Amino acid sequence: MTVVTHEAGAPFGAAPPSGDSAIVTQGLTKRFPGGQVAVDALDLTVPRGSVFGFLGPNGSGKTTTIRMLLGLVAPTAGEYSVLGLPLADALPRVGALVEGPAFYPYLSGEANLYRFDAADPTAPGGTAKKRVAEALERVGLSAAAGKRFRNYSLGMRQRLAIAAALLGPRELLILDEPTNGLDPQGTREVRALVKEIAADGTTVFVSSHLLTEVEQMCTHAAIMRAGNLVAQGTIASLNGGLTTRVRVETPDVADAARVLGTLGLADVRMPDGGAAAVTADLGAHAPEDINAALVREGVAVRGLAVVRPSLEDVFVGLTGEGFDVDG
Amino acid sequence: MSTAETQERRTPGLVPVAETMRTAERRPSSESGQSEPAGPPVRLASAFWRLLGSELGLTFRRPRNQVMLAVVACVPVLIGIALRIASADEAVGGLIGSVAGNSLMLTFASFSFLVLLLMPIAVSVVGGDSIAGEAGAGTLRYLLAAPAGRTRLLVVKYLNAVVFAYATTVVVALSALVTGLVLFPVGPVTLLSGSTISVAEGLLRILVTVGYVGAGMAALAAVAVALSTFTEVSIGAIAATMILVIVTQVLRAIPQLEAITPYLLPSWWTKFDAVLRSPVDFGSLGQGLLVFGAYILLFGSIAWARFSGKDITS
Repeated sequence: MTVVTHEAGAPFGAAPPSGDSAIVTQGLTKRFPGGQVAVDALDLTVPRGSVFGFLGPNGSGKTTTIRMLLGLVAPTAGEYSVLGLPLADALPRVGALVEGPAFYPYLSGEANLYRFDAADPTAPGGTAKKRVAEALERVGLSAAAGKRFRNYSLGMRQRLAIAAALLGPRELLILDEPTNGLDPQGTREVRALVKEIAADGTTVFVSSHLLTEVEQMCTHAAIMRAGNLVAQGTIASLNGGLTTRVRVETPDVADAARVLGTLGLADVRMPDGGAAAVTADLGAHAPEDINAALVREGVAVRGLAVVRPSLEDVFVGLTGEGFDVDG
Repeated sequence: MSTAETQERRTPGLVPVAETMRTAERRPSSESGQSEPAGPPVRLASAFWRLLGSELGLTFRRPRNQVMLAVVACVPVLIGIALRIASADEAVGGLIGSVAGNSLMLTFASFSFLVLLLMPIAVSVVGGDSIAGEAGAGTLRYLLAAPAGRTRLLVVKYLNAVVFAYATTVVVALSALVTGLVLFPVGPVTLLSGSTISVAEGLLRILVTVGYVGAGMAALAAVAVALSTFTEVSIGAIAATMILVIVTQVLRAIPQLEAITPYLLPSWWTKFDAVLRSPVDFGSLGQGLLVFGAYILLFGSIAWARFSGKDITS
């Protein structure tokens, strides 16, 4: 069910050649017994070393895809490869957070980590103590190590799950909604941690239903919608399909539009609802020149802003729908 | 997943030489920091025992299981006290009556009380909780992603249940022995057939009984673990196992269904009394063990078939 995607050296975990992929899927499909197609012919390529945002509203097939990648759910059709290795060999190098933390409530945080470490057949028991301590340290849970999981707060639970994902040396980290349920401070900490981990060369695959989160953390992204892959690529290339626009706030809407047109700006748009603003494609023009031209022509400029396309615009452009942020 | 078919993906011959050099070069760096793992992941021979140890630790440190063992340990004490009081008033016959005459007989009497209900409950709880409990708590997905390996995890879970089954049996035997020694006279044991054996041989026969009853409970554990792979609610698997135990007891009590009793587990649990014959009826014990083995094989296969291909969506 895995595919050979690389030259002979790759399956042994040799230094990844450039252009190598951490995750490749081809036609990956999951149809549940009820007939519901959760993931439909997914062709995903996650480059090594990237921070890859896996974006989509809740129920778009992200978690099912992750479950297939981890061998929890068998695909109905298609193939996939994780780190170019047979799955059983790849998984010890993959740290995962799937659909929220799940631990033994009656055990301490530390004892929980020992438990999951014991389940990894490649983890040497001799170094468990050191690795557990390091993982707890890394997520800032050392002080609460002896506390029972039952008494952990939501943020601490999430952090413990990330600690479990960091128990061994990892080449790939799969984080399913890592900031779910975290307060703003916790969200910032997770983001910082992801950046730190990525800086070590670990590929990070983050699923999220939050566009801003992916924009801030990721180098690459894929957008899912109703089980289908809508787009994938670097954040820049995804945004590249859309143009940067300039927005002029003014009471003299008509004059402003005329000036922008004379300057050669494309797609000048007047507001529909009588809002005091005009927008146009910025193109190669410098915003300060536009401002100077408007003032020269006597247009009262209340505000001038450069509007860069966001992933949300990309999403809306691709699907013709708003993004269900609240899920 | 597809470990069996993917194992062959390694390119033989070509890689090892270069790989050995690379591995050798990388080793120091991988030990100093945790940045880049070196070489192929090495499956450690000790890993299986480490996981089993972790499993046993969870089982025996869990208060619920400790309480069950304590309850099971209390019963022989209660039986002993009751018999002590009863034997002072009137003469009681049979196995129960023979307890009054000899301390070792309390062990056999206790087993005959416990083997049909209380011990099966304890074993059903641990066996039924094995997979379903992890699935219900969501920890199953993390164990499998670790990756514990489905077959490996199932074997560990079953062995854990077997160890618990034997622990229950040993607890009953020890509790009964100690109670018997305190309350009743020590001396040569008079068997059901009327002949007498020494204390040492009596103890040996208790050991054989523990081995046999434990095997019977291990067979029930296989049923419980198999049912446990079908649900994410451990109480469901536990209750289903208990219902099976009770239904089979009812079936045994119906004379018209005598033909099927040899295929039912409880019929064989009580056959430990073969050790009280003179000489020991090893034929009967052997048959019982065969039935237990057949149950373990059958339900082990069902559990494996179900669990190895199951989608883990919990």
